[in-house]
Amino acid sequence: MSLPLREKLIFQYSRPGRGARAQWPAATAATAAAAASVPAQLRRTQRPLLPEVSELDVVRHYTRLSQLNFSIDTHFYPLGSCTMKYNPKACNAAALLPEFAGRHPLSSVAAGQGFMACMYELQEMLKAVTGMCAVALSPLAGAHGEFAGVAMIRAYHRARGESERNEVIVPQAAHGTNPATASMCGCVAREVAVGPDGDVDLAALRAAVGPRTAGIMLTNPSTLGVFERRIEEVARIVHECGGLLYYDGANLNAILGKVRPGDMAFDAIHMNLHKTFSTPHGGGGPGAGAVGVSARLLPFLPLPIVAREAGLTGGDVGGDACGDASAPASYRWLTERDLPQSIGRLTTFAGNAGVLLRAYVYMRMLGREGMRRVGEYATLNANYLEKRLTQLGFDAAYPQRRASHEFILTLRRQAQENGVTAMDVAKRLLDLGFHAPTTYFPQLVSECLLIEPTETESKETLDAFVAAMAQILREASEEPERLRRAPHTLPVRRLDDVRAARLPDLIFKSDAA
Amino acid sequence: MPFIPHTAEDVREMLAVIGAPSIEALFDEIPANLRVSSLAEVPTGLNELEVMQLMQSRARQDGRPLCFIGAGAYEHHIPAAVWSTVTRGEFYSAYTPYQAEASQGTLQSIYEYQSMLASLTGMEVCNASMYDGATALAEAVLMAVRANRRSRSARILMPRSLHPHYRAVAVATAGNQGVHFEELPYQPALGHTTIESLAPFAGQDITALVIAQPNFFGVFEEVDALTDFAHAQGALVIAVVNPTSLAVLKPPGAWGDKGANIAVGEGQPLGCPLSSGGPYFGFMSTRMEHVRQMPGRLVGRTLDLDGRPGFTLTLQAREQHIRRAKATSNICTNQGLLMLAGTIYLALLGAEGLERVAALSMQRTEQLTRALTAIPGVRRLFGRPGFHEIVLAFDRPVAPVLAALSARGIEAGLDLSEHYPELGYALLACATETKSTEDIETYARHLTEVLCPARAA
Amino acid sequence: MSNIPVDLQFTRSHEWVRRSGDGTAEIGISDHAQQALGDLVFVELPEVGRVLGAGESCAVVESVKAASDVYAPLAGTVLAVNDQLRHTPELINRDPYGGGWLLRLRLQPSDTDTGLLSAADYGALAAEG
Repeated sequence: MSLPLREKLIFQYSRPGRGARAQWPAATAATAAAAASVPAQLRRTQRPLLPEVSELDVVRHYTRLSQLNFSIDTHFYPLGSCTMKYNPKACNAAALLPEFAGRHPLSSVAAGQGFMACMYELQEMLKAVTGMCAVALSPLAGAHGEFAGVAMIRAYHRARGESERNEVIVPQAAHGTNPATASMCGCVAREVAVGPDGDVDLAALRAAVGPRTAGIMLTNPSTLGVFERRIEEVARIVHECGGLLYYDGANLNAILGKVRPGDMAFDAIHMNLHKTFSTPHGGGGPGAGAVGVSARLLPFLPLPIVAREAGLTGGDVGGDACGDASAPASYRWLTERDLPQSIGRLTTFAGNAGVLLRAYVYMRMLGREGMRRVGEYATLNANYLEKRLTQLGFDAAYPQRRASHEFILTLRRQAQENGVTAMDVAKRLLDLGFHAPTTYFPQLVSECLLIEPTETESKETLDAFVAAMAQILREASEEPERLRRAPHTLPVRRLDDVRAARLPDLIFKSDAA
Repeated sequence: MPFIPHTAEDVREMLAVIGAPSIEALFDEIPANLRVSSLAEVPTGLNELEVMQLMQSRARQDGRPLCFIGAGAYEHHIPAAVWSTVTRGEFYSAYTPYQAEASQGTLQSIYEYQSMLASLTGMEVCNASMYDGATALAEAVLMAVRANRRSRSARILMPRSLHPHYRAVAVATAGNQGVHFEELPYQPALGHTTIESLAPFAGQDITALVIAQPNFFGVFEEVDALTDFAHAQGALVIAVVNPTSLAVLKPPGAWGDKGANIAVGEGQPLGCPLSSGGPYFGFMSTRMEHVRQMPGRLVGRTLDLDGRPGFTLTLQAREQHIRRAKATSNICTNQGLLMLAGTIYLALLGAEGLERVAALSMQRTEQLTRALTAIPGVRRLFGRPGFHEIVLAFDRPVAPVLAALSARGIEAGLDLSEHYPELGYALLACATETKSTEDIETYARHLTEVLCPARAA
Repeated sequence: MSNIPVDLQFTRSHEWVRRSGDGTAEIGISDHAQQALGDLVFVELPEVGRVLGAGESCAVVESVKAASDVYAPLAGTVLAVNDQLRHTPELINRDPYGGGWLLRLRLQPSDTDTGLLSAADYGALAAEG
């Protein structure tokens, strides 16, 4: 007898003729006539396979599905590189105010000054915390922001008659989006080695740069969880050969308010608003990948961008990013006429406005003092956790370095001695009520766990995590099989990935039960 | 310190364990000259009361005008059950479902979404969503270049009757990868793309033809003839479609003899608020033969160790975190929350409900058209049948008219003069099921007053 | 420990070559490679008739954790591909040197051996990795 799904598919609730009738507009002679105006050869003849269910069925089904998930609201979620910090509810409440939620993107600017003021001030605050000259908000995700950054660098070189610069240098430990982005921009990725202490190998870098170098893509702190100590030297080497520096903002949480990418001589950066600025991860999205640039890349920014009457850099505001409400300001959208060398439009409208509003509210709540606290407490939590776990007997990948906001443990020893892998530890943590850290990234470190607690977690939560890891360490030597077959207590056990790929079942078909 | 729970005692204990004298000491690897001392340009923090007062004041400033704009974002009634469910913390604050056992809620809802959109578009497989309709089109273009082995030209035909921002995004995104775009004219009196405009390309190496249904003007294209022509030339067909319209229109999988190859579009009409242009979600579906060329996440059903069915991300070897430089795309997001809103919306409406929304929207636009063309100086431009948008020709520039109506609390439509100067003084207006007869009469009355002040008395 | 038949030649990128003596050769991936990849789920093969240069990417083998390019060890024209792999990619895992063959080439007359490893040399290489 085969086991059923924990919660059946919505389609399996269907009964012919059932429906959430409160959601149906009336069917009248007039609407029938309108539908009949569709020419016969263009008309749909077979109904789509959509559920025929009551509203209670829908609410109950999706509520039960939600209960099968781990989330920040329910579990400690120390996913390295993802910054799973608390998402303040006020941000959501503000973004869903009816006037903001109901505003059409092509509405007149006169009826959008309130919204545009928020966007403008968000641009200004992001400039201030990153030390960049200008910011554009339209990229829809981190990878999209990366694309914009590399495209701007390409456009810069082309405008100077140096189109042959098509090589982008990427450290070996880089996130997979970096080389993928380079390809999308018609560039070739060149990997450089990282030294045993976690910093980029300067000799390898010197050998890799040249007249074909468009630029380098770096994260700082790096994906290894440590600060690139010779970043100023790296910047010098790349700039001297005519290349530009791109900053992947995935790890900005470590240095928010403490160090600014602009001061590290980066020319283009992207920020992950859904990481550092606490907009919701939503099970996969939406994100927002705002980009910032130095002066030389300003002409190439993607559109549209909000400007005050004075223009792009807001020089009339004085030192304050968020103007006094009593001094009326007028905002407008910059277009191709203002930025003729722009890399263009990357989205239908102005970006993920609802996400941007959430980030704006978050930044206003933190304020300048709160911003600095983020970097400080994220770093405190990571160093504390690394120390406690190494005291237990786990091996840190870079024990001689300070942790940034995250750190790496390697389970190479446990794999050799007990046959227990990072995957097994991750799965057992789920049983013990914690979401697993990031596993097997960066690929440079074998059997690794990349752990990022974030600043919003208390010492008690970290201590509880340490206790769970202590239990796992014990089980690794006494009952390794328990780890290898974990999880045991979740809605499903480990899933057969090979079967999923060999026998793809990607949509529900009505004759299957 | 908002959202940071540490007490002074906690900090002391933690620093003692670390063996550091202060939090500042934890930053000692960073060169001192790079350390920021203050963020003076950032204002001081606000508490929740203060920030909500600020946001409410900004929202009041913008108000809630009566909206008759479409042009790629459509106002539909969103059932209350959609966002009350989507904003549950277990969905809202969950991550990408890489640990499948801890993410069955997210994974199963994606599988249900994939199933519904595949059926709605008449295709065999659908991904877990893309950023928006325009970027989905750009990705479909790159996918067609990969998938069409017989073509070497990387030439894509895009109709001028396709949304101008979609065309701009496709060029900005795919232009860096050696793709060439050519514009197809539309028939000026009818507002759609005819076979005649394709004739100059007969016998040439074309990689793909993009067909929008309905097109930007709301007009229906002759999708069968266009699809068959493209296939006869060895080109793939990329369909750009409105999901609400698919309740009444033949889906891309049924176009022509063989059906379109890839279907994309904007999912916003399904349960996503207008929200000044985002976040929305793009959908992309295709045939199984192209599945390995399709970017984005895919969820598959499989069995666990005990033989219990469950869901997991699959075919990931195509994606950036494994293939790196050879990935189909650099994308690693799907628009999770919005895709979920779309799924719950479709579950609530069902096929019957979606048909009624489509039909009522068409009926309201017809009603709007009659009311406005009864005003001297306003006439309908294109004679062909269409969905829920209409192009109206005016006897004077549209921009001042829109400004006057905006001052009266009506966002009356989109001025087409910037993107379609050849249409003269033209406006694109839309009425969905959210517009009542009173709303339409209000629009007509104010427009009359603006156009003929004497007559309106 | 992986199996390395002595009658085959190998590349540094883990492909094997079996020459038939009549100017054609069979190509596949080694036991070491299939172990590293894990259970294979999909194989993308070139079209018959395609002309390949030595070292050119000619196929892709995909497992749940990786998708790897297969490089032509020698220059030649594709005579045949193993159609069975379309439905049963796991043949490569089960029998990498026999039923898991990928393609057959008609070799270019002026082909050279340089770069190809003997079974012993490949064995040493695979043991390091």
